[in-house]
Amino acid sequence: MSRLLEATNLNAAYLTPEGREVKAVDDVSLYIDEGEILGCAGESGCGKSTLGNVLALTARPPLYPISGRITIDGQTISLDRENKVPRTWRGEVVSMLPQGALNSLSPTARIRNLVGDVMKAHDAKMGKDEALDRARDRMKELGLPPRALDAYPHELSGGMKQRVITVISTLLNPKLLIADEPTSALDVSSQRALVEMLREMLNQGIMKGVIFVTHDLPLLKSISDRIAVMYAGQIVEVASAETIADNARHPYSTALLNAVLAPEPDTLVKRVEGIRGAPPSLAKPPSGCRFHPRCGLVMDICSAKQPAPVGTDLEFACCHWTAQHPDQVIRVEDVLARNDEVEE
Amino acid sequence: MAALLKANNIQKTFGHGKNAVHAVKGATFELEEGTITAVVGESGSGKSTLARLVLGLLPSTGGTLEFDGRDVTKLSFMESQRYWRDVQAVFQDPFSAFNQFFTVQRLLGRSMKLIEDKKEATERMHEALGHVGFEASDVLKKHPHELSGGQRQRIMIARALMMRPKLLLADEATSMLDASLRVNVLNVLRDLRDNLGTTVMIITHDIGQACYVAEQMLVMEKGDMVEQGSSKEVVFNPQHTYTKQLLADVPKLHGELGEMVH
Repeated sequence: MSRLLEATNLNAAYLTPEGREVKAVDDVSLYIDEGEILGCAGESGCGKSTLGNVLALTARPPLYPISGRITIDGQTISLDRENKVPRTWRGEVVSMLPQGALNSLSPTARIRNLVGDVMKAHDAKMGKDEALDRARDRMKELGLPPRALDAYPHELSGGMKQRVITVISTLLNPKLLIADEPTSALDVSSQRALVEMLREMLNQGIMKGVIFVTHDLPLLKSISDRIAVMYAGQIVEVASAETIADNARHPYSTALLNAVLAPEPDTLVKRVEGIRGAPPSLAKPPSGCRFHPRCGLVMDICSAKQPAPVGTDLEFACCHWTAQHPDQVIRVEDVLARNDEVEE
Repeated sequence: MAALLKANNIQKTFGHGKNAVHAVKGATFELEEGTITAVVGESGSGKSTLARLVLGLLPSTGGTLEFDGRDVTKLSFMESQRYWRDVQAVFQDPFSAFNQFFTVQRLLGRSMKLIEDKKEATERMHEALGHVGFEASDVLKKHPHELSGGQRQRIMIARALMMRPKLLLADEATSMLDASLRVNVLNVLRDLRDNLGTTVMIITHDIGQACYVAEQMLVMEKGDMVEQGSSKEVVFNPQHTYTKQLLADVPKLHGELGEMVH
């Protein structure tokens, strides 16, 4: 398999009104192979949506990319504060499906008007009919009713709206699609339909890779090939979906996964504990490993030195404990052992 | 055990004639004292309308509601006030439920007006904060922006608890929280049941959460209550096709990768 995305040393910060910089993406490197769905998980405010914006080159003030290189399918771009992006990138090389996209449709226009606008923005010569034909064909290929394009937004269900938006945002065959919380407003049945459609699009080669950002871990497990776990602006672990679910190599992933409630027999009886304390403020991140104030496996080195990634480009964990105990399984009781002493 | 709340064929229809929307088409159920009941279903199934009926925030269009032996189907203003001392609610969005400029003390102080004895009210405020795992002196002076989503939601639960309600209703109270915070809030609800004997009704679309806290489950589909029973029966031996479909669509954390996709 060939490499689709190589993003190295990405840095991006929000500029506060007082003129301070708050780094929300801190030296993040990410790789994706062709045909892969990479899930991106983490608690609110950990920087996962920001990372999506930086990768999709849709950063807008007060968010500024600072540095980093993104290579997608052989084309490279260097990020800087100027944030000048070649027109041809957005939509064609990388496309973004932003959070809440289904609610941003104009209520007074038929969906097909949007199709025309989108295509015209990228190819001024393309006529409305041609654009619409393309959208209709695409809908048919994916087993969706083409008449949905003639509807007004209020005539469609939330799930159908989100699927149609996804089709429109990939009309230009982007190499990489970044989907930010596309399922968070949908119920489980519509979630499933959307996820199946994304897989189908990948199989048909409409796009070559997907980054799926969500905090819904069971959903990520079922759709992703690999999962990246973010904490306080950094990626702390990347591994295959099974590894993350059953044998995570970072204490934070272990604790996060432990807190997931699924309708499984032992959920009825067991008592689950969450991680005490709150994620750190990105304006003032803790020294060393950013998870150390909440971690039960903490050692002296953890607060002194930032852990280096252990593993390969595609699967790694950044943890001093894991580096020293490569064969041991992380026990969730140990990670949560400090629950009593961590301050709320 | 006695039933705290009995709903008999309770209905709600919005609009008239051709435009009528039957949001709840006759639900019959009982909430037993000291248990947690979950109402599950997808968006638009009528879960929240049912919650509003139980809370007395919407007048019903049929059926009866009995609380603690009293008929509470139709309440006058004064009766409502009394009812709301016994029945309290926590809603979905902990971020918009706060006045930004009020400290926690001032916020909780407004609810104290329902309690006549001021001294007792203050005691109850401290006690309620204790129930949700706060030290009163730590949080009373704080403004909402100094609290995380989970902490805010726990304050909201504390506010409801100050009334020492017999029934606490949580409408999607945890759906905006992250997995780890969500567990903390659900644990608070479990502890309330175990330690204070509070009856809790939670409304959620997440069967996993329902499974974790509730003994009883009510499944709603398009206004119909299609299945009810103990959580164990509903989740592991569902009878109705809708329940089966709902369960099949829930992504599982453990088990085959991609079983959902193929």
